[in-house]
Amino acid sequence: MQGSGISVLFMGKNLLRLLGGLWVTLRISLIAVLLSIPLGLLFGMLMTLKSPVSRIVSRVYLEFIRIMPQLVLLFIAYFGVTRAFGWNLSGDTSAIIVFTLWGTAEMGDLVRSALISIPKHQYDSAMALGMSRVQTFGYVVVPQTMRRLIPLTINLTTRMIKTTSLVVLIGMTEVLKVGKQIIDANRFDYPTAALWVYGVIFLLYFLACFPISMLARKLEKRWR
Amino acid sequence: MKLKNLFIKLITLTVASLLLITGIAGCGNAKTGSSGTASYRTIDEIKQSGKIVIGVFSDKAPFGYVDENGKYQGYDIYFAERIAKDLGVEVEYVSTDPASRVEYVATGKVDIILANFTVTEERAKQVDFALPYMKVMLGVVSPDNALITDVEQLNAKNLIVVKGTTAETYFEKNYPDVSLQKYDEYADAYNALLDGRGDAFSTDNTEVLAWALSNTGFTVGIDALGNADTIAPAVQKGNTTLLDWLNDEIEALGEENFFHADYAATLDSVYGKAANPDNLVVEGGKVE
Repeated sequence: MQGSGISVLFMGKNLLRLLGGLWVTLRISLIAVLLSIPLGLLFGMLMTLKSPVSRIVSRVYLEFIRIMPQLVLLFIAYFGVTRAFGWNLSGDTSAIIVFTLWGTAEMGDLVRSALISIPKHQYDSAMALGMSRVQTFGYVVVPQTMRRLIPLTINLTTRMIKTTSLVVLIGMTEVLKVGKQIIDANRFDYPTAALWVYGVIFLLYFLACFPISMLARKLEKRWR
Repeated sequence: MKLKNLFIKLITLTVASLLLITGIAGCGNAKTGSSGTASYRTIDEIKQSGKIVIGVFSDKAPFGYVDENGKYQGYDIYFAERIAKDLGVEVEYVSTDPASRVEYVATGKVDIILANFTVTEERAKQVDFALPYMKVMLGVVSPDNALITDVEQLNAKNLIVVKGTTAETYFEKNYPDVSLQKYDEYADAYNALLDGRGDAFSTDNTEVLAWALSNTGFTVGIDALGNADTIAPAVQKGNTTLLDWLNDEIEALGEENFFHADYAATLDSVYGKAANPDNLVVEGGKVE
């Protein structure tokens, strides 16, 4: 009665379901990343401004998002908002909001660190060459900042892809949950299925994250 | 120095106000729930929309699980399909986890929770339970080579439980000496037991009996612990129209022995001789 776990993968639509789950994972994380990068760039610049107001506001925002576990934020966005204001956000929307808020905060801090790592003499030299403020920023500071940002952004992106597994707690069946469903539905007949299913999930995550790393490597080479 | 002080004060103030806002939000919702500012849907609204939303488990075979074609199956689902059929509406399933079941129904994100939901006093304060359709006690499963047959043997051992289940509250209340290892999901808890991360696993007896049958090397050493609990559908507090309809439905189904048929269709193949249907099934909402 107890068969080899690998056959579970090819039963019915199991493989397709896993891919469907991966799509949920990727959709949420990639939308959140695409929103976080521009917002994070703005946020990071805001953080380097000298004005005390913008500093305090951005600092509080960053610390708040950083201290709160993403799980708590997800619960607040999904259940808390409905309870408090009666707005019924879907799981998709709440997940994207939370991950964008989180991504913007983290990305902003990366941008800030990249910006302040440009030595002061770069600004001075640009000025000495007669560049305007805009030119200094566009030709000297931004290209160097971008190069520094690539590996950090890739780190953040892959981390976001993996952290989206939390959305299962607000009812979204992403790849990890589909895996668990398959393991559970077959646990009487195929107790060893877990290893195979998790193996496939590992492979799927790898296939999702590896192209992103490759892209980053290409960009880094081109911009050297 | 002054500026720094001001800075710290400002931060504290902002964090405090953020906390306050979330706090107020937290209280406000409890009120909307009980005063019933219509975050639930009445039976007529459900019928009109042509769709009922039911929260079920998607990884708890044989009660609620998803088969290889992506379709929901199990004892709870069999009942859910019948509810939808008798209401004349489509059914939409929402996959829930043990710890978020109350929250789903309290916020009106689902109309009914039908996820092996054991009736307890604490839960009854937050949701309205309909008549029961099943009953269970707790069971403890452990490896054959270190079989646990008495609760006293669990002292100073690691007992695996799933967060938000009756097993968690029962052991916390009655056996504080047992150290609990808590997991969010059933699949994780079973893996922990298989890996030997805990000495035993406790949850509803039906659940552990079924699992031990198909996992050689594991036996249910304690099969009836605690008081007999009942399992019932739950709706949002104050949703009386839906509650009354459900109660009538369960009474009517009792006359045709519906839940024995449900047992035969979904549970019998799993439990076989390990359990007697009369010990699990409740017909017409009446527990002897």
